[in-house]
Amino acid sequence: VTPSEGVRRGTRRILEMLESLLALGGLVLLRDSVEWEGRSLLKALIKKSALCGEQVHILGCEVSEEEFREGFDSNINSRLVYHDLFRDPLNWSETGETLPGGPLEALRALCRRTHPGPVTIALDSLSWLLLHLPCTTLCQTLHTLSHQDSCRGDSSPGEQVHVLGLLHEELHGPGPLGVLSSLAQTEVTLSGAMGQASAHVLYRRPQQRPTHQTQWFSILPDFSLELQGGPPLEPQPYPDPRVPSMDPTTHLTFNLRLSKKEREAKDSLTLPFQFSSEKQQALLCPGLGQATSHIFYEPDAYDDLDQEDPDDDLDV
Amino acid sequence: MFPELNNLLNTTPDQTEQGKLTLLCDAKTDGSFLVHHFLSFYLKANCKVCFVALIQSFSHYNIVGQKLGVSLTTARECGQLVFLEGLKSAVDVFFRPQEEPHPLQFLREANSGNLQPLYEFVQEALKPMDSGEAAWRCPVLLVDDLSVLLSLGVGAVAVLDFIHYCRATVCREWKGNVVALVHDSGDAEDEENDILLNGLGHQSHLILRAEGLATGFCKDVHGQLRILWRRPSEPTAQRDRSLTYQYKIQDKNVSFFAKGMSPAVL
Repeated sequence: VTPSEGVRRGTRRILEMLESLLALGGLVLLRDSVEWEGRSLLKALIKKSALCGEQVHILGCEVSEEEFREGFDSNINSRLVYHDLFRDPLNWSETGETLPGGPLEALRALCRRTHPGPVTIALDSLSWLLLHLPCTTLCQTLHTLSHQDSCRGDSSPGEQVHVLGLLHEELHGPGPLGVLSSLAQTEVTLSGAMGQASAHVLYRRPQQRPTHQTQWFSILPDFSLELQGGPPLEPQPYPDPRVPSMDPTTHLTFNLRLSKKEREAKDSLTLPFQFSSEKQQALLCPGLGQATSHIFYEPDAYDDLDQEDPDDDLDV
Repeated sequence: MFPELNNLLNTTPDQTEQGKLTLLCDAKTDGSFLVHHFLSFYLKANCKVCFVALIQSFSHYNIVGQKLGVSLTTARECGQLVFLEGLKSAVDVFFRPQEEPHPLQFLREANSGNLQPLYEFVQEALKPMDSGEAAWRCPVLLVDDLSVLLSLGVGAVAVLDFIHYCRATVCREWKGNVVALVHDSGDAEDEENDILLNGLGHQSHLILRAEGLATGFCKDVHGQLRILWRRPSEPTAQRDRSLTYQYKIQDKNVSFFAKGMSPAVL
Protein backbone atom coordinates (compact mmCIF):
# COMPACT_ATOMS: atom_id res chain seq x y z
CA VAL A 1 0.00 0.00 0.00
CA THR A 2 1.62 3.22 -1.08
CA PRO A 3 1.34 6.16 1.32
CA SER A 4 -1.08 8.00 -0.94
CA GLU A 5 -3.26 4.92 -1.19
CA GLY A 6 -3.24 4.66 2.57
CA VAL A 7 -4.33 8.27 2.91
CA ARG A 8 -7.10 7.78 0.38
CA ARG A 9 -8.29 4.72 2.21
CA GLY A 10 -8.15 6.61 5.48
CA THR A 11 -10.17 9.49 4.11
CA ARG A 12 -12.69 7.11 2.71
CA ARG A 13 -13.02 5.42 6.07
CA ILE A 14 -13.62 8.76 7.75
CA LEU A 15 -16.35 9.63 5.30
CA GLU A 16 -17.75 6.18 5.58
CA MET A 17 -18.20 6.34 9.32
CA LEU A 18 -20.26 9.52 9.30
CA GLU A 19 -22.03 8.52 6.13
CA SER A 20 -22.87 5.11 7.43
CA LEU A 21 -24.32 6.63 10.57
CA LEU A 22 -26.58 8.81 8.43
CA ALA A 23 -27.22 6.26 5.70
CA LEU A 24 -30.21 4.49 7.13
CA GLY A 25 -32.15 7.66 7.81
CA GLY A 26 -34.73 7.77 10.51
CA LEU A 27 -33.65 8.12 14.09
CA VAL A 28 -29.96 8.03 14.99
CA LEU A 29 -29.63 7.61 18.73
CA LEU A 30 -26.40 8.86 20.36
CA ARG A 31 -26.03 7.44 23.84
CA ASP A 32 -23.40 9.17 25.94
CA SER A 33 -22.32 9.32 29.57
CA VAL A 34 -20.81 11.88 31.90
CA GLU A 35 -17.32 10.67 31.17
CA TRP A 36 -17.71 10.27 27.39
CA GLU A 37 -19.81 13.09 26.08
CA GLY A 38 -21.69 12.86 22.83
CA ARG A 39 -22.34 16.45 21.87
CA SER A 40 -19.16 16.70 19.79
CA LEU A 41 -20.21 13.67 17.73
CA LEU A 42 -23.65 15.21 17.34
CA LYS A 43 -22.05 18.39 16.06
CA ALA A 44 -19.82 16.40 13.71
CA LEU A 45 -22.90 14.72 12.22
CA ILE A 46 -24.64 18.07 11.93
CA LYS A 47 -21.64 19.47 10.12
CA LYS A 48 -21.66 16.52 7.73
CA SER A 49 -25.37 17.00 7.00
CA ALA A 50 -24.93 20.72 6.49
CA LEU A 51 -22.03 20.14 4.09
CA CYS A 52 -24.26 17.77 2.12
CA GLY A 53 -26.63 20.64 1.56
CA GLU A 54 -29.29 19.74 4.08
CA GLN A 55 -31.00 22.23 6.28
CA VAL A 56 -30.55 21.42 9.93
CA HIS A 57 -33.07 22.21 12.64
CA ILE A 58 -31.80 21.97 16.20
CA LEU A 59 -34.07 21.78 19.20
CA GLY A 60 -31.63 23.05 21.81
CA CYS A 61 -32.55 22.42 25.41
CA GLU A 62 -29.24 22.04 27.17
CA VAL A 63 -26.85 24.62 25.80
CA SER A 64 -27.29 28.13 24.60
CA GLU A 65 -27.32 29.00 20.92
CA GLU A 66 -23.92 30.73 21.04
CA GLU A 67 -22.33 27.76 22.71
CA PHE A 68 -23.85 25.34 20.21
CA ARG A 69 -22.76 27.34 17.19
CA GLU A 70 -19.18 27.61 18.50
CA GLY A 71 -16.72 25.84 16.27
CA PHE A 72 -18.84 25.95 13.13
CA ASP A 73 -17.83 28.27 10.36
CA SER A 74 -20.31 30.72 8.88
CA ASN A 75 -21.06 28.49 5.91
CA ILE A 76 -22.39 25.81 8.21
CA ASN A 77 -23.97 28.19 10.67
CA SER A 78 -26.11 29.67 7.94
CA ARG A 79 -27.70 26.27 7.41
CA LEU A 80 -28.51 25.77 11.08
CA VAL A 81 -31.81 26.86 12.57
CA TYR A 82 -31.67 26.84 16.36
CA HIS A 83 -34.94 26.53 18.22
CA ASP A 84 -34.04 27.87 21.64
CA LEU A 85 -35.47 25.92 24.53
CA PHE A 86 -32.48 26.77 26.71
CA ARG A 87 -33.15 30.28 27.83
CA ASP A 88 -36.63 29.90 29.22
CA PRO A 89 -38.13 26.47 28.59
CA LEU A 90 -40.72 26.57 31.36
CA ASN A 91 -41.75 30.19 30.87
CA TRP A 92 -40.56 31.34 34.30
CA SER A 93 -39.64 34.75 33.10
CA GLU A 94 -43.08 35.29 31.60
CA THR A 95 -41.75 37.69 29.05
CA GLY A 96 -43.40 35.84 26.20
CA GLU A 97 -40.07 35.25 24.49
CA THR A 98 -40.16 31.54 25.00
CA LEU A 99 -41.42 29.18 22.31
CA PRO A 100 -45.18 29.01 22.70
CA GLY A 101 -46.63 25.82 24.07
CA GLY A 102 -43.41 24.69 25.63
CA PRO A 103 -41.25 21.78 24.58
CA LEU A 104 -44.00 19.55 23.22
CA GLU A 105 -45.35 22.16 20.89
CA ALA A 106 -41.87 23.01 19.70
CA LEU A 107 -41.29 19.36 18.90
CA ARG A 108 -44.59 19.00 17.12
CA ALA A 109 -43.89 22.14 15.11
CA LEU A 110 -40.86 20.39 13.67
CA CYS A 111 -43.14 17.62 12.45
CA ARG A 112 -45.34 20.07 10.63
CA ARG A 113 -42.57 21.78 8.76
CA THR A 114 -43.49 22.28 5.17
CA HIS A 115 -40.16 23.31 3.73
CA PRO A 116 -39.25 20.87 0.97
CA GLY A 117 -35.92 19.15 0.62
CA PRO A 118 -33.80 16.92 2.78
CA VAL A 119 -33.63 17.97 6.35
CA THR A 120 -31.87 16.92 9.50
CA ILE A 121 -33.43 17.43 12.90
CA ALA A 122 -31.14 17.34 15.91
CA LEU A 123 -32.57 16.93 19.40
CA ASP A 124 -30.21 18.20 22.10
CA SER A 125 -31.17 16.45 24.12
CA LEU A 126 -33.64 13.62 24.12
CA SER A 127 -32.88 13.20 27.81
CA TRP A 128 -34.18 16.66 28.60
CA LEU A 129 -37.33 15.97 26.63
CA LEU A 130 -37.75 12.60 28.30
CA LEU A 131 -37.49 14.17 31.76
CA HIS A 132 -40.07 16.81 30.94
CA LEU A 133 -42.53 15.00 28.71
CA PRO A 134 -44.35 11.71 29.18
CA CYS A 135 -42.43 8.90 27.54
CA THR A 136 -45.31 7.72 25.36
CA THR A 137 -46.01 11.19 23.97
CA LEU A 138 -42.35 11.70 23.20
CA CYS A 139 -42.03 8.35 21.47
CA GLN A 140 -45.14 8.90 19.36
CA THR A 141 -43.89 12.31 18.31
CA LEU A 142 -40.45 10.90 17.52
CA HIS A 143 -42.03 8.20 15.38
CA THR A 144 -44.00 10.81 13.46
CA LEU A 145 -40.89 12.92 13.09
CA SER A 146 -38.68 10.21 11.71
CA HIS A 147 -41.24 8.81 9.31
CA GLN A 148 -42.23 12.11 7.81
CA ASP A 149 -41.40 11.20 4.26
CA SER A 150 -43.96 8.45 4.24
CA CYS A 151 -46.64 10.98 5.14
CA ARG A 152 -45.85 13.31 2.31
CA GLY A 153 -46.93 11.48 -0.80
CA ASP A 154 -45.02 13.63 -3.23
CA SER A 155 -41.57 13.29 -1.73
CA SER A 156 -38.93 11.60 -3.79
CA PRO A 157 -37.40 8.44 -2.34
CA GLY A 158 -33.99 10.08 -1.97
CA GLU A 159 -35.23 12.61 0.54
CA GLN A 160 -34.87 11.19 3.94
CA VAL A 161 -35.44 12.80 7.24
CA HIS A 162 -32.58 12.35 9.63
CA VAL A 163 -33.38 12.71 13.28
CA LEU A 164 -30.32 12.84 15.55
CA GLY A 165 -31.11 12.37 19.20
CA LEU A 166 -28.60 12.83 22.03
CA LEU A 167 -29.43 10.66 25.03
CA HIS A 168 -27.68 10.57 28.39
CA GLU A 169 -27.79 6.92 29.36
CA GLU A 170 -27.44 7.22 33.11
CA LEU A 171 -30.52 9.35 33.53
CA HIS A 172 -33.12 6.86 32.45
CA GLY A 173 -34.33 3.44 33.40
CA PRO A 174 -34.24 0.39 31.17
CA GLY A 175 -37.84 0.94 30.00
CA PRO A 176 -37.46 4.30 28.27
CA LEU A 177 -34.01 3.36 27.03
CA GLY A 178 -35.35 0.20 25.47
CA VAL A 179 -38.23 1.99 23.79
CA LEU A 180 -36.02 4.66 22.29
CA SER A 181 -33.57 2.03 21.21
CA SER A 182 -36.27 0.14 19.35
CA LEU A 183 -37.35 3.33 17.59
CA ALA A 184 -33.83 3.99 16.33
CA GLN A 185 -32.49 2.79 13.00
CA THR A 186 -28.93 3.47 14.09
CA GLU A 187 -27.75 3.41 17.66
CA VAL A 188 -24.34 4.71 18.76
CA THR A 189 -23.06 4.06 22.27
CA LEU A 190 -20.08 6.16 23.28
CA SER A 191 -17.39 4.92 25.60
CA GLY A 192 -13.65 4.78 25.55
CA ALA A 193 -10.44 3.75 27.23
CA MET A 194 -7.36 5.62 28.31
CA GLY A 195 -8.43 8.95 26.91
CA GLN A 196 -9.50 7.58 23.53
CA ALA A 197 -13.17 7.66 22.61
CA SER A 198 -14.92 4.79 20.89
CA ALA A 199 -18.32 4.33 19.33
CA HIS A 200 -20.17 1.06 19.31
CA VAL A 201 -22.66 1.27 16.45
CA LEU A 202 -25.70 -0.90 15.98
CA TYR A 203 -27.34 -0.78 12.55
CA ARG A 204 -30.91 -1.92 12.15
CA ARG A 205 -31.39 -2.32 8.45
CA PRO A 206 -34.95 -3.17 7.47
CA GLN A 207 -35.57 -6.90 7.05
CA GLN A 208 -32.01 -7.72 7.98
CA ARG A 209 -30.29 -8.76 11.14
CA PRO A 210 -28.84 -5.91 13.20
CA THR A 211 -25.10 -5.46 12.67
CA HIS A 212 -22.49 -4.16 15.08
CA GLN A 213 -19.36 -2.16 14.53
CA THR A 214 -16.90 -0.58 16.93
CA GLN A 215 -14.87 2.41 15.86
CA TRP A 216 -12.20 4.37 17.76
CA PHE A 217 -12.22 8.04 16.89
CA SER A 218 -11.48 11.53 18.00
CA ILE A 219 -13.25 14.76 17.15
CA LEU A 220 -11.11 17.64 16.00
CA PRO A 221 -11.82 21.23 17.10
CA ASP A 222 -13.56 21.99 13.81
CA PHE A 223 -15.87 19.01 14.38
CA SER A 224 -14.45 16.80 11.73
CA LEU A 225 -13.91 13.19 12.65
CA GLU A 226 -10.56 11.46 12.82
CA LEU A 227 -10.43 7.72 13.04
CA GLN A 228 -7.98 6.03 15.36
CA GLY A 229 -6.67 2.50 15.28
CA GLY A 230 -7.44 1.79 18.87
CA PRO A 231 -6.67 2.90 22.37
CA PRO A 232 -3.10 3.98 23.01
CA LEU A 233 -1.02 0.90 23.80
CA GLU A 234 0.61 2.28 26.86
CA PRO A 235 -1.13 4.49 29.38
CA GLN A 236 -0.41 8.19 28.89
CA PRO A 237 2.20 9.25 31.40
CA TYR A 238 0.86 11.78 33.85
CA PRO A 239 2.41 15.10 32.98
CA ASP A 240 2.34 16.33 36.52
CA PRO A 241 3.77 19.80 36.76
CA ARG A 242 0.88 20.81 38.95
CA VAL A 243 1.52 18.39 41.76
CA PRO A 244 3.30 20.32 44.50
CA SER A 245 6.68 18.69 44.23
CA MET A 246 7.06 16.67 47.34
CA ASP A 247 10.67 15.68 47.72
CA PRO A 248 10.65 12.33 49.49
CA THR A 249 14.30 12.73 50.51
CA THR A 250 13.62 15.53 52.97
CA HIS A 251 13.11 14.83 56.65
CA LEU A 252 14.64 11.38 56.56
CA THR A 253 16.05 9.79 59.66
CA PHE A 254 19.00 8.33 57.80
CA ASN A 255 21.69 9.64 55.52
CA LEU A 256 21.35 9.11 51.78
CA ARG A 257 24.60 10.67 50.72
CA LEU A 258 28.18 10.60 51.96
CA SER A 259 30.55 13.52 52.17
CA LYS A 260 34.08 13.09 50.74
CA LYS A 261 35.63 12.56 54.13
CA GLU A 262 33.00 10.05 55.10
CA ARG A 263 33.56 8.18 51.86
CA GLU A 264 37.30 8.03 52.44
CA ALA A 265 36.80 6.79 55.96
CA LYS A 266 34.41 4.18 54.68
CA ASP A 267 36.78 2.98 51.99
CA SER A 268 39.71 2.68 54.39
CA LEU A 269 37.80 0.68 56.92
CA THR A 270 38.79 -2.94 57.15
CA LEU A 271 35.90 -5.26 57.60
CA PRO A 272 35.89 -7.41 60.73
CA PHE A 273 36.01 -10.75 58.93
CA GLN A 274 38.36 -9.71 56.21
CA PHE A 275 41.76 -11.15 57.19
CA SER A 276 44.65 -9.06 56.15
CA SER A 277 48.11 -10.03 57.25
CA GLU A 278 48.32 -7.18 59.77
CA LYS A 279 45.16 -8.30 61.40
CA GLN A 280 46.40 -11.85 61.58
CA GLN A 281 49.59 -10.77 63.28
CA ALA A 282 47.75 -8.54 65.67
CA LEU A 283 45.55 -11.39 66.78
CA LEU A 284 48.30 -13.96 67.10
CA CYS A 285 50.78 -11.90 68.99
CA PRO A 286 49.44 -9.53 71.54
CA GLY A 287 51.87 -6.70 70.93
CA LEU A 288 53.65 -4.46 73.39
CA GLY A 289 51.53 -1.88 74.99
CA GLN A 290 48.41 -3.81 74.32
CA ALA A 291 46.38 -4.21 77.40
CA THR A 292 46.01 -7.81 78.19
CA SER A 293 42.74 -8.85 79.59
CA HIS A 294 42.26 -10.71 82.78
CA ILE A 295 39.43 -12.91 83.79
CA PHE A 296 38.48 -12.83 87.41
CA TYR A 297 36.52 -15.85 88.48
CA GLU A 298 35.05 -16.63 91.86
CA PRO A 299 34.17 -20.29 91.99
CA ASP A 300 30.75 -21.27 93.33
CA ALA A 301 30.33 -23.81 96.11
CA TYR A 302 29.23 -26.51 93.67
CA ASP A 303 31.91 -25.94 91.11
CA ASP A 304 34.08 -28.82 90.17
CA LEU A 305 37.46 -27.31 89.45
CA ASP A 306 39.32 -29.83 87.41
CA GLN A 307 42.53 -28.72 85.71
CA GLU A 308 42.39 -31.52 83.16
CA ASP A 309 41.43 -30.76 79.61
CA PRO A 310 37.94 -32.23 79.21
CA ASP A 311 38.62 -33.00 75.54
CA ASP A 312 41.64 -35.14 76.27
CA ASP A 313 39.90 -38.45 75.93
CA LEU A 314 38.41 -37.64 72.54
CA ASP A 315 39.65 -39.95 69.87
CA VAL A 316 39.51 -37.44 66.99
CA MET B 1 -9.06 28.91 49.72
CA PHE B 2 -6.43 26.26 49.47
CA PRO B 3 -3.46 27.30 47.34
CA GLU B 4 -2.61 23.72 46.43
CA LEU B 5 -6.09 23.12 45.07
CA ASN B 6 -5.75 26.29 43.00
CA ASN B 7 -2.58 24.85 41.50
CA LEU B 8 -4.29 21.61 40.62
CA LEU B 9 -7.19 23.46 39.00
CA ASN B 10 -4.82 25.94 37.38
CA THR B 11 -6.65 29.02 38.62
CA THR B 12 -5.91 31.99 40.80
CA PRO B 13 -8.32 34.53 42.27
CA ASP B 14 -7.01 37.05 39.76
CA GLN B 15 -7.87 35.07 36.71
CA THR B 16 -10.92 32.93 37.23
CA GLU B 17 -12.75 31.39 34.34
CA GLN B 18 -16.23 32.71 33.79
CA GLY B 19 -19.49 31.16 32.71
CA LYS B 20 -18.75 27.79 34.26
CA LEU B 21 -20.76 25.29 36.25
CA THR B 22 -18.67 23.37 38.76
CA LEU B 23 -20.13 20.26 40.34
CA LEU B 24 -18.81 19.16 43.72
CA CYS B 25 -19.74 15.72 44.91
CA ASP B 26 -18.67 13.50 47.74
CA ALA B 27 -18.99 9.80 48.28
CA LYS B 28 -18.33 8.13 51.60
CA THR B 29 -16.66 11.22 52.94
CA ASP B 30 -17.38 14.86 53.70
CA GLY B 31 -16.80 17.14 50.76
CA SER B 32 -17.71 20.37 52.52
CA PHE B 33 -14.07 21.50 52.50
CA LEU B 34 -14.57 22.09 48.78
CA VAL B 35 -17.49 24.40 49.55
CA HIS B 36 -15.36 26.40 51.97
CA HIS B 37 -12.61 26.56 49.38
CA PHE B 38 -14.81 28.00 46.67
CA LEU B 39 -16.55 30.41 49.03
CA SER B 40 -13.29 31.96 50.18
CA PHE B 41 -11.83 31.74 46.66
CA TYR B 42 -14.59 33.77 45.05
CA LEU B 43 -14.73 36.27 47.89
CA LYS B 44 -11.00 36.83 47.51
CA ALA B 45 -11.48 37.09 43.75
CA ASN B 46 -13.74 40.08 44.36
CA CYS B 47 -16.83 38.41 42.94
CA LYS B 48 -20.36 38.98 44.12
CA VAL B 49 -21.42 35.77 45.78
CA CYS B 50 -24.92 34.48 46.47
CA PHE B 51 -24.61 31.62 48.91
CA VAL B 52 -27.65 29.38 49.36
CA ALA B 53 -26.61 27.66 52.58
CA LEU B 54 -29.09 24.98 53.53
CA ILE B 55 -26.90 22.82 55.72
CA GLN B 56 -25.05 24.90 58.29
CA SER B 57 -25.54 28.17 60.07
CA PHE B 58 -23.93 31.44 59.08
CA SER B 59 -21.56 31.37 62.02
CA HIS B 60 -20.24 27.96 61.01
CA TYR B 61 -19.21 29.18 57.57
CA ASN B 62 -17.90 32.37 59.10
CA ILE B 63 -15.62 30.56 61.53
CA VAL B 64 -14.16 28.37 58.80
CA GLY B 65 -13.94 31.36 56.49
CA GLN B 66 -11.87 33.26 59.03
CA LYS B 67 -9.38 30.40 59.16
CA LEU B 68 -9.10 30.72 55.39
CA GLY B 69 -8.68 34.47 55.51
CA VAL B 70 -12.10 35.88 54.63
CA SER B 71 -14.67 37.49 56.85
CA LEU B 72 -18.22 36.65 55.85
CA THR B 73 -19.63 39.28 58.18
CA THR B 74 -17.69 42.03 56.44
CA ALA B 75 -18.56 40.67 53.02
CA ARG B 76 -22.23 40.57 53.90
CA GLU B 77 -22.22 44.08 55.28
CA CYS B 78 -20.58 45.62 52.25
CA GLY B 79 -22.91 43.80 49.90
CA GLN B 80 -20.44 41.39 48.37
CA LEU B 81 -22.13 38.37 49.92
CA VAL B 82 -25.83 37.58 49.85
CA PHE B 83 -26.40 34.79 52.32
CA LEU B 84 -29.56 32.69 52.45
CA GLU B 85 -29.42 30.90 55.77
CA GLY B 86 -31.73 27.98 55.11
CA LEU B 87 -31.89 26.79 58.68
CA LYS B 88 -33.18 30.12 59.95
CA SER B 89 -35.34 31.26 57.08
CA ALA B 90 -37.10 27.92 56.69
CA VAL B 91 -39.01 28.74 59.84
CA ASP B 92 -39.97 32.17 58.48
CA VAL B 93 -41.94 30.52 55.70
CA PHE B 94 -44.60 29.46 58.13
CA PHE B 95 -44.91 32.74 59.98
CA ARG B 96 -45.20 35.05 57.04
CA PRO B 97 -48.35 35.95 55.17
CA GLN B 98 -48.78 33.57 52.31
CA GLU B 99 -48.87 36.27 49.65
CA GLU B 100 -45.28 37.27 50.18
CA PRO B 101 -43.03 35.05 48.10
CA HIS B 102 -40.25 33.33 49.97
CA PRO B 103 -37.30 31.54 48.39
CA LEU B 104 -38.09 28.38 50.30
CA GLN B 105 -41.75 28.52 49.35
CA PHE B 106 -41.71 24.87 48.36
CA LEU B 107 -41.74 23.91 52.03
CA ARG B 108 -45.27 25.17 52.31
CA GLU B 109 -46.68 23.32 49.39
CA ALA B 110 -48.17 19.88 49.73
CA ASN B 111 -46.74 18.57 46.52
CA SER B 112 -43.81 20.85 45.92
CA GLY B 113 -44.04 22.32 42.47
CA ASN B 114 -40.83 23.94 41.50
CA LEU B 115 -37.99 26.07 42.75
CA GLN B 116 -38.97 29.16 40.80
CA PRO B 117 -39.12 31.36 43.95
CA LEU B 118 -35.61 30.27 44.86
CA TYR B 119 -34.44 31.06 41.33
CA GLU B 120 -36.04 34.49 41.55
CA PHE B 121 -34.24 35.10 44.83
CA VAL B 122 -30.91 34.24 43.21
CA GLN B 123 -31.77 36.40 40.22
CA GLU B 124 -32.58 39.34 42.48
CA ALA B 125 -29.41 38.85 44.51
CA LEU B 126 -26.99 38.63 41.62
CA LYS B 127 -28.41 40.84 38.94
CA PRO B 128 -25.91 43.45 37.78
CA MET B 129 -26.46 46.84 39.31
CA ASP B 130 -27.85 49.49 37.03
CA SER B 131 -25.34 52.05 38.18
CA GLY B 132 -23.06 50.96 35.35
CA GLU B 133 -19.84 50.73 37.31
CA ALA B 134 -18.88 47.15 37.95
CA ALA B 135 -18.20 46.94 41.64
CA TRP B 136 -17.60 43.21 41.60
CA ARG B 137 -15.90 41.03 39.10
CA CYS B 138 -18.63 38.50 38.23
CA PRO B 139 -21.62 36.95 39.96
CA VAL B 140 -21.23 33.57 41.59
CA LEU B 141 -23.90 31.24 42.92
CA LEU B 142 -22.85 28.72 45.52
CA VAL B 143 -25.24 26.06 46.83
CA ASP B 144 -24.64 23.84 49.86
CA ASP B 145 -26.16 21.49 49.08
CA LEU B 146 -28.65 20.22 46.52
CA SER B 147 -29.20 16.75 47.96
CA VAL B 148 -31.02 18.17 50.94
CA LEU B 149 -33.64 19.59 48.57
CA LEU B 150 -34.44 16.04 47.52
CA SER B 151 -34.86 15.10 51.16
CA LEU B 152 -37.24 18.03 51.57
CA GLY B 153 -39.50 16.66 48.89
CA VAL B 154 -38.43 18.49 45.78
CA GLY B 155 -38.19 16.25 42.73
CA ALA B 156 -34.88 15.68 40.96
CA VAL B 157 -36.22 17.21 37.73
CA ALA B 158 -37.29 20.35 39.63
CA VAL B 159 -33.77 20.74 41.06
CA LEU B 160 -32.28 20.19 37.60
CA ASP B 161 -34.61 22.84 36.20
CA PHE B 162 -33.52 25.26 38.94
CA ILE B 163 -29.85 24.75 38.10
CA HIS B 164 -30.74 24.99 34.38
CA TYR B 165 -32.25 28.41 34.90
CA CYS B 166 -29.34 29.49 37.10
CA ARG B 167 -26.98 28.38 34.38
CA ALA B 168 -28.92 30.25 31.70
CA THR B 169 -28.98 33.45 33.73
CA VAL B 170 -25.85 33.48 35.89
CA CYS B 171 -23.46 31.60 33.60
CA ARG B 172 -24.65 32.51 30.14
CA GLU B 173 -26.21 35.93 30.48
CA TRP B 174 -24.10 37.44 33.24
CA LYS B 175 -20.91 35.45 32.60
CA GLY B 176 -20.77 34.28 36.17
CA ASN B 177 -20.16 30.89 37.78
CA VAL B 178 -22.27 28.36 39.60
CA VAL B 179 -20.87 25.90 42.13
CA ALA B 180 -23.09 23.26 43.72
CA LEU B 181 -22.51 20.34 46.05
CA VAL B 182 -24.37 17.03 45.68
CA HIS B 183 -23.88 14.00 47.90
CA ASP B 184 -23.47 10.63 46.28
CA SER B 185 -24.96 8.23 48.68
CA GLY B 186 -23.77 5.26 46.68
CA ASP B 187 -27.09 3.73 47.47
CA ALA B 188 -28.40 1.90 44.45
CA GLU B 189 -31.94 2.51 45.65
CA ASP B 190 -31.75 6.30 45.53
CA GLU B 191 -32.72 6.87 41.92
CA GLU B 192 -33.65 10.51 42.40
CA ASN B 193 -30.20 11.35 43.70
CA ASP B 194 -28.58 9.48 40.82
CA ILE B 195 -30.66 11.39 38.29
CA LEU B 196 -29.69 14.65 39.98
CA LEU B 197 -26.01 13.77 40.16
CA ASN B 198 -25.72 12.49 36.59
CA GLY B 199 -27.94 15.20 35.17
CA LEU B 200 -25.74 17.85 36.77
CA GLY B 201 -22.66 15.98 35.64
CA HIS B 202 -23.76 16.36 32.04
CA GLN B 203 -24.33 20.09 32.50
CA SER B 204 -21.00 20.75 34.27
CA HIS B 205 -17.72 22.03 32.97
CA LEU B 206 -15.75 20.75 35.93
CA ILE B 207 -16.48 17.94 38.35
CA LEU B 208 -14.63 17.59 41.65
CA ARG B 209 -15.37 14.34 43.38
CA ALA B 210 -14.14 13.68 46.90
CA GLU B 211 -14.12 10.01 47.77
CA GLY B 212 -13.22 8.10 50.85
CA LEU B 213 -10.36 5.66 50.44
CA ALA B 214 -11.37 2.22 49.26
CA THR B 215 -9.37 0.71 52.09
CA GLY B 216 -11.16 2.61 54.84
CA PHE B 217 -10.27 5.41 57.22
CA CYS B 218 -6.73 6.60 57.56
CA LYS B 219 -5.19 9.15 59.88
CA ASP B 220 -2.87 10.69 57.33
CA VAL B 221 -4.81 10.44 54.10
CA HIS B 222 -8.35 11.63 54.44
CA GLY B 223 -9.55 10.85 50.97
CA GLN B 224 -9.10 11.05 47.28
CA LEU B 225 -10.08 13.85 44.93
CA ARG B 226 -10.95 13.15 41.31
CA ILE B 227 -10.96 16.10 38.96
CA LEU B 228 -12.77 15.76 35.64
CA TRP B 229 -12.74 18.50 33.05
CA ARG B 230 -15.74 18.04 30.76
CA ARG B 231 -15.76 20.97 28.42
CA PRO B 232 -12.29 22.41 28.26
CA SER B 233 -12.06 26.01 27.20
CA GLU B 234 -9.31 25.38 24.68
CA PRO B 235 -10.21 22.30 22.70
CA THR B 236 -6.88 22.29 20.92
CA ALA B 237 -4.80 21.96 24.04
CA GLN B 238 -3.64 18.52 25.03
CA ARG B 239 -5.78 18.33 28.06
CA ASP B 240 -5.68 16.13 31.08
CA ARG B 241 -9.27 15.12 31.22
CA SER B 242 -9.15 13.45 34.55
CA LEU B 243 -6.71 13.57 37.46
CA THR B 244 -6.75 11.89 40.82
CA TYR B 245 -5.03 13.12 43.96
CA GLN B 246 -5.14 12.19 47.60
CA TYR B 247 -5.50 14.78 50.30
CA LYS B 248 -5.19 15.46 53.98
CA ILE B 249 -7.27 18.12 55.69
CA GLN B 250 -5.43 20.20 58.26
CA ASP B 251 -6.62 23.04 60.41
CA LYS B 252 -6.18 25.84 57.90
CA ASN B 253 -5.09 24.05 54.81
CA VAL B 254 -5.59 20.97 52.70
CA SER B 255 -2.50 19.34 51.30
CA PHE B 256 -2.66 17.35 48.09
CA PHE B 257 -0.28 14.74 46.84
CA ALA B 258 -0.13 12.09 44.15
CA LYS B 259 -1.50 8.70 45.06
CA GLY B 260 0.76 6.86 47.42
CA MET B 261 3.03 9.84 47.96
CA SER B 262 1.74 11.01 51.32
CA PRO B 263 4.65 12.20 53.42
CA ALA B 264 3.47 9.95 56.19
CA VAL B 265 4.08 6.78 54.25
CA LEU B 266 7.37 7.71 52.64
